[in-house]
Amino acid sequence: MPEFNPGNVLIYLYQLLGWWLGTLGIPAPIVVLIQLLVSIISVGAFALLLPIFTIWLERKVAGRFQDRLGPNRVGPYGLFQSFADVFKLLTKEDITPAGADKVVFNLAPMLTVLSVVTIWAVVPFASTMVGANINVGVLYIVAISGLGTISIMMGGWSSNNKFALLGAFRTAAQLVAYEVPMIIVLLVPVMLAGSMGVQDIVNAQGTAWFIVMAPVAGLIFFITSIAEIGRAPFDLLEAESEIVAGFHIEYTGMKFGMWMLGEFLHAFTICVLTAVLFLGGWQGPFAKEVPVLGIVYFLLKSFGMYFIVIWVRSTFPRIRIDHLHAFNWKVLVPVSLAAVVLTALVDKLVTTYLPGAGDVVRATALLAANVIGVLALLGIFRQGAHAERERLEGGRDASHGEAAHHDEPGEPGAAHASAH
Amino acid sequence: MQTDWIFIGIFLLIGLVFPTVPLVAAFFLSPKKPNLVKNETYECGVETVGDTWVQFKAQYYIFALMFVVFDVETVFLFPWAVAFQAMPLFMVVEGVFFIVLLAGGLIYTWRKGALEWV
Repeated sequence: MPEFNPGNVLIYLYQLLGWWLGTLGIPAPIVVLIQLLVSIISVGAFALLLPIFTIWLERKVAGRFQDRLGPNRVGPYGLFQSFADVFKLLTKEDITPAGADKVVFNLAPMLTVLSVVTIWAVVPFASTMVGANINVGVLYIVAISGLGTISIMMGGWSSNNKFALLGAFRTAAQLVAYEVPMIIVLLVPVMLAGSMGVQDIVNAQGTAWFIVMAPVAGLIFFITSIAEIGRAPFDLLEAESEIVAGFHIEYTGMKFGMWMLGEFLHAFTICVLTAVLFLGGWQGPFAKEVPVLGIVYFLLKSFGMYFIVIWVRSTFPRIRIDHLHAFNWKVLVPVSLAAVVLTALVDKLVTTYLPGAGDVVRATALLAANVIGVLALLGIFRQGAHAERERLEGGRDASHGEAAHHDEPGEPGAAHASAH
Repeated sequence: MQTDWIFIGIFLLIGLVFPTVPLVAAFFLSPKKPNLVKNETYECGVETVGDTWVQFKAQYYIFALMFVVFDVETVFLFPWAVAFQAMPLFMVVEGVFFIVLLAGGLIYTWRKGALEWV
């Protein structure tokens, strides 16, 4: 019988299950298989039931940001609002539009949930608790989230609706574009930890979180992740005022519910990934000795990030599509490449020329390099903004007054506004 | 290690079962009264004109092409990043050269105007 350890309750239960099945005379491989099944179902069910809570949280917090109460009728503080929504969706008629590609149409919402839930297979909840501690964890996350793009493309294409097709094309362009800086920036935690395993990356953040060693990379990862989930300010794929609802316009009932589930779970998943890759995951005081505390730290960090996602969503307006792509290809991609080069050179120079230097010196050097890089970048942006302004105002004298500028019909800036 | 991969394999299979459960439940619970008007494609109250699967602007194609270029190159960078801690300075500088080549390609497409949304 395994020894009881109050700081590691869940692993104890896992071992107890294996020991109990062993006493029943079940052969060892089948015992392992049953243990795996139980842990898979608990991780998956945890991930899928989470949105029921996070949707309520998001509506409540977004309500407060907009100076209203948010849901408050169903249950205490409106906590059961999401359950009511689920029951409503279950009893709604499921309409498949005429001329839709039925197989693809039905498969797409399932694939979108699959693409998000399976990321949770490699998420480390605590020092001893991780679904699969594979050595290519980061690559696995990138590969699986690529599946989400395909599912949105499938849903939009198969609906036989022009709005849906337009939304799907926008999505493909946006998600594919923002995946480039995201993957480049993921090189930084991999480099600093020397491994692609997610658990190894968390272990490497014992002295300093990677957000301290690579703040630029962390910020870019967070921004591109928000674009990947298609949230405001990057929610062009379902822009209500332009293309009604985008790719899921023809979905009704529970299939629509699956799109919503996938979206909200993805929103929380990117917070989890940011927490794991840059905020130290389960790291915290006594987290190594008492793994259950690690889960608490992990959830605290994830929900903290989730609050920021809601904050961003309620603050920024939707950006224009030409700005969206210009921001990605002309700002995020070069900056992420620069961040990788900077981290590589500074880290290697410190470890080569200061062989005795500990993690603290390394972290300080990287932080200083990042700060200098950001300051240089701001200088370049300022110059670029000045040059752009000169070009737009056509070298006119500034003393002519603001009103005269706006009345000019042939202003060079007007040509840019026509982009859709 | 092997158990971890079995874990992921089973997870992928069960991940497809998870969304199936509510969809099947909805299949039994929801009403089914389709008619011609209800099944029409939605378009703000106007009937749809012409084919849906039309040709699209080439801009999307160019961005997809750039994505492929950058993504394939970052796949080469991941092994470099994993081995980074064990590398001498010289090999790191060589990796940096590779990234600079990547950046050169980006500058080329920028100057060619392929990054402008038209």
